[in-house]
Amino acid sequence: MIKHLRSAGDLDAATATLILDTAAEMAALSGREVKKLPALRGRTVVNLFYEDSTRTRISFEAAAKRLSADVINFSAKGSSVSKGESLKDTALTLQAMGADAVVIRHSASGAPHRLSNWVDGSVVNAGDGTHEHPTQALLDAYTMRSRLGRLDGLKVAVVGDVLHSRVARSNVLLLSTLGAEVTLVGPPTLIPLDVVAALSKTTKVSYDLDSVLPDSDVVMMLRVQTERMQDSFFPSAREYSRRYGLDVTRMRKLPEHAIVMHPGPMNRGMEIAPEVADSPRSTIVEQVANGVSVRMAVLYLLLGGK
Amino acid sequence: MAQPRADAPSKIILAGSDLHRVVDRIAHQILEKTSGATGTVLLGIPTRGVPLAHRLAARIHAFEGVEIPVGSLDITLYRDDLRLNATRALGKTELPAGGIDGLRVILVDDVLFSGRSVRAALDALKDLGRPSSVQLAVLVDRGHRQLPIRADYVGKNIPTALSESVKVTLTEIDGADEVKLIGGLK
Amino acid sequence: MAYLIKGVSILGAEPTDLYISDGVISAPVEGAEVIDATGLVALPGLVDVHTHLREPGREDAETVETGSRAAALGGYTAVCAMANTSPVADTAGVVEQVWRLGREAGLVDVQPIGAVTVGLAGKQMAELGAMATSAANVRIFSDDGFCVADPKLMRRALEYVKAFDGVIAQHAEEPRLTEGAQMHEGEVSTRLGLTGWPAVAEEAIIARDVLLAEHVGSRLHVCHVSTAGSVEVLRQAKARGIRVTAEVTPHHLLLTDELAAGYDPVFKVNPPLRTRTDVEALRQALLDGVIDVVATDHAPHAVQDKECEWAHARPGMLGLETALPIVLSVFGPRWDLIADRMSIAPARIAGLEGHGGDLTQAGTPANLTLVDPAAQRIVDPAELASRSRNTPYAGMTLPGRIVATFLRGEATVLDGKAVK
Repeated sequence: MIKHLRSAGDLDAATATLILDTAAEMAALSGREVKKLPALRGRTVVNLFYEDSTRTRISFEAAAKRLSADVINFSAKGSSVSKGESLKDTALTLQAMGADAVVIRHSASGAPHRLSNWVDGSVVNAGDGTHEHPTQALLDAYTMRSRLGRLDGLKVAVVGDVLHSRVARSNVLLLSTLGAEVTLVGPPTLIPLDVVAALSKTTKVSYDLDSVLPDSDVVMMLRVQTERMQDSFFPSAREYSRRYGLDVTRMRKLPEHAIVMHPGPMNRGMEIAPEVADSPRSTIVEQVANGVSVRMAVLYLLLGGK
Repeated sequence: MAQPRADAPSKIILAGSDLHRVVDRIAHQILEKTSGATGTVLLGIPTRGVPLAHRLAARIHAFEGVEIPVGSLDITLYRDDLRLNATRALGKTELPAGGIDGLRVILVDDVLFSGRSVRAALDALKDLGRPSSVQLAVLVDRGHRQLPIRADYVGKNIPTALSESVKVTLTEIDGADEVKLIGGLK
Repeated sequence: MAYLIKGVSILGAEPTDLYISDGVISAPVEGAEVIDATGLVALPGLVDVHTHLREPGREDAETVETGSRAAALGGYTAVCAMANTSPVADTAGVVEQVWRLGREAGLVDVQPIGAVTVGLAGKQMAELGAMATSAANVRIFSDDGFCVADPKLMRRALEYVKAFDGVIAQHAEEPRLTEGAQMHEGEVSTRLGLTGWPAVAEEAIIARDVLLAEHVGSRLHVCHVSTAGSVEVLRQAKARGIRVTAEVTPHHLLLTDELAAGYDPVFKVNPPLRTRTDVEALRQALLDGVIDVVATDHAPHAVQDKECEWAHARPGMLGLETALPIVLSVFGPRWDLIADRMSIAPARIAGLEGHGGDLTQAGTPANLTLVDPAAQRIVDPAELASRSRNTPYAGMTLPGRIVATFLRGEATVLDGKAVK
């Protein structure tokens, strides 16, 4: 097993599959009355969050607590971090506290890599800048596998702001490793020229959502931040929504079995219509539940052994 | 615990039909001790306890026509030696539809040795429900207990040295039915 | 003090004896101190047209004295100190202060560069004439760290400095194309999720500036050229007879953007490390003379400015003590090329008389350095004379050791150690 989970690229197919299989067992166990498991008793997991992300933090917190780990939430707000303490000094503090794992969310790409130089424990990337969010990709893959029964050969369209999306990067890396065929869809301004060479040679790029939908098993809508408009990535929310938003008419172009995913939080009416988000094809609520199981699996596999 | 080397000498203790007769005997003993195995659930401990539990249920059904629910109970997350080894993959935990509350649970494993696996199984069981009683069935008891645990049903007692190991293979998993004693022999 | 440098090979020629007395290369004299230079190569003292000495303002990262020592140990006898200090070197007072500190240190000639605009803000021209006529005798003006992006202001600056034979050294970076930029825009930046610094942001400014220089008939110097596209623009400009010179850094001749993969900001620099294709083009351009000089862009940074997240780190690398070994490792012992690109041409661009002279001629000011090309060393940041430690070459084995350096006949380095 790997020591850190900083990038979905850290995972080979066997390790990624082991995580998904372990998550399936964790999910089965979480259906029972006593949800707590003793595997990480006496281990300390620190949630080091430099960005507000209640949903990701509570997901990791629930995962660690169900495995009986001690959880310390270290939020950048109201701590020494907000007084200008460096990441390195914070790392040394956590090290002194005996953190066995640090789950880090940070606005700077690569912060988990830096942190892993300064602590002995495992580092789990819970989202770094515009780089990666590997546990999101794992829970997305888990959701696809449980809905559609496989990942190998699955056709997945990832739609939206690929340039700034850590979810997109991790998903392309992980899904390619697991044999899915990814097509990135969006305006050319938001799909870097080098994305195929950078992430996966098997990935395709399209600027036309309508032509991609009929041949997709999964369509994953990325959150589009409206501040991108000010930076001339696209002219208006209305135009974006018309060209790349998933509404009911577009959803009908999908094959019968296809599912619709969104990592959240959603801009209803922008990249996804409310009727689509609430349709039976949507896995958005499931994704949240699966997040806990996947993060339990990751924490167990990183910390469960010697 | 020291493992015998891969090229260490080995001796077959049970094979094929001998092993089947041992399973039959345990099945008979269960029927006898539980007055016909009513209100009983068999839970195999992965990996090889699970097919053994299914075999016992099948034999009990063949002898008396009783259907005993069978499940599996993975103990990995409850082991006390997790941190001494590389991370272990999880096995399956599957309880029968009727659950285990108020029933007699018979844990089934291949080899009883230190007793630590059984202790972990008892802990795991406690988080899953409240059986009326718990019993233990093992194919082989090789001795050297480190905890106050004993089996209710033993297929075969094999006195061993600590330097030896006992290896059970089953057709369902390994392609052959065998119990081997490895190492220690000249 | 007189020296006899015995058995030295001047620019790789047959070994000979070289006498130094009264600060110049001289005929044989009695009582000279003998330096056994068997196996050593003499080069005219190296000249760096692009050095950050950080004083005044960031003396925790470097001072004129520590930077001078690093320079002497690197074989330099003159360095041009960039203007982005605090306060900015945009007045006669500040450039004279830096110049005086250099004289006091006495290890290399420290030639201040003046800012083009007040506070490097790109809005209002600084008092270039006052700096030119100050004791510091400033000839190169640069807002380095920032681009003079306003085309009108750039045009005026190019024109204005003609009055005192000045030159504008442009940091070519179109600021709107590099907002938030962290590294070269390409495959690696896409993978790492770091905002890209596109090559075109450099090339567009160089293209604009060579046309402006042509239009007003002025000299232009381009700092730290980093892309293959820039090389093509410069090649065409020179073919048209435009008076442009250009520099390349040792790190852009050797390192690539792949080094960002571990997010260690020791590899963060502006302009950023580019691709293998760019490195090859820059090497060829230096050979062809399209790029005139190697300049270090020596940029010391305090530990806390590098031991942090990539995006929060300051850009820049140490360069003075490793420049010659890097150039040797890239081009081999091509001494005439090295002397031209690292001493003669930079001295000419900076207008530094007495540097880059002919060592075979008696009367040439004795600014020279002795190199052992057979020696190798492993770069250890802790051993560097710079006050900072941000070398990207830590752990690398590099050829060539600077054995001695002389500034106007006085040894600044002997036996590989600074004399003071």
